Amino acid sequence: MSVVKKFMFVNRKAPYGTIYALEALELVLITAAFDQDVSLAFLDDGVYQLKKGQQTRGIETRNFSPAYRALEDHDIKKLYVEKEALEARGLTEEDLLVGVTVLGSREMGVLMDQQDVVLSF
Amino acid sequence: MKFGIVINEGPYQHQASDSAYLFCKAAIEKGHEIWRVFFYHDGVNNASRLTEPPQDDRNIVNRWSKLAEEYNIDLVVCVAAALRRGIRDENLAHGFRISGLGQMVEAGIQADRMIVFGD
Amino acid sequence: MLHIINKSPLGNCSLDSCLHIAESGDILLIEDAVYAATKGNAVEGKVRAAMSRLKIHVLLPDLEARGLADRIIEGVSTADYGGFVDLVAANKNCQSWL
Repeated sequence: MSVVKKFMFVNRKAPYGTIYALEALELVLITAAFDQDVSLAFLDDGVYQLKKGQQTRGIETRNFSPAYRALEDHDIKKLYVEKEALEARGLTEEDLLVGVTVLGSREMGVLMDQQDVVLSF
Repeated sequence: MKFGIVINEGPYQHQASDSAYLFCKAAIEKGHEIWRVFFYHDGVNNASRLTEPPQDDRNIVNRWSKLAEEYNIDLVVCVAAALRRGIRDENLAHGFRISGLGQMVEAGIQADRMIVFGD
Repeated sequence: MLHIINKSPLGNCSLDSCLHIAESGDILLIEDAVYAATKGNAVEGKVRAAMSRLKIHVLLPDLEARGLADRIIEGVSTADYGGFVDLVAANKNCQSWL
């Protein structure tokens, strides 16, 4: 019998400055391919990963932001954004390129407690 | 208990690999099993057998090789991260093997706990 | 749940973010985060306040290496690497706040 664990990927870093956001996406897709219960949490600067309108031609790097919209095709639908992180950056849900569930920090903490494997990027 | 370990940083630059090593040693002493160590991001540099630290410094790469040999630990190097950084089978230290990210997910599934060491 | 922090609280928001989110459980301070376990710095009040709902541990070898083992805040427990292992084993899950 195959084991299904709850994996949470915690994204706390902005895109492009470091590779972590891109690597997290890759790992998320592989984890989903193993038929695990996958969720993504966006805290701190991680919320910038979901900002609409990313244009990367000028830095000669691939714009991977459309991949967040494609997560749904892989049955990855649990995207959680911390409310305070969004507000602290002057962003609203309207600024995000994909539909998310906005949670207060304590609700986010409760959700994190319920996971089996928590990987921070 | 079975532990899965992930190391995201290379040797010498950051304490991550040292912390992970000392954690693994302590876990083994307590009778736990290190089910797999997965080297990810710059952590793949821990697997280079071309590493040559000064005589009076610890040899981080050899230390992993020895621990793996003694306790039969699976040391897995992320293939995509390794190829990007010039780590290949030709310069891989003893006891390491190169494989895909699926090995990290598998460790998450099979091990009782996953602990990540990084920056 | 065990939260593992490895960054100095004076130069990075990892501890802040963790304290913001974690309602209860254990926090282990390792590597550069061990400064958060010491008295007399700007974040001491914040750490003391969190101790009413969270159990705070510090990795002693990391604190000793940094010369501050004599300044631990009362009530913070010390752990060696074996204690680190025990904390991971005792908690259902853990997160490294990288």
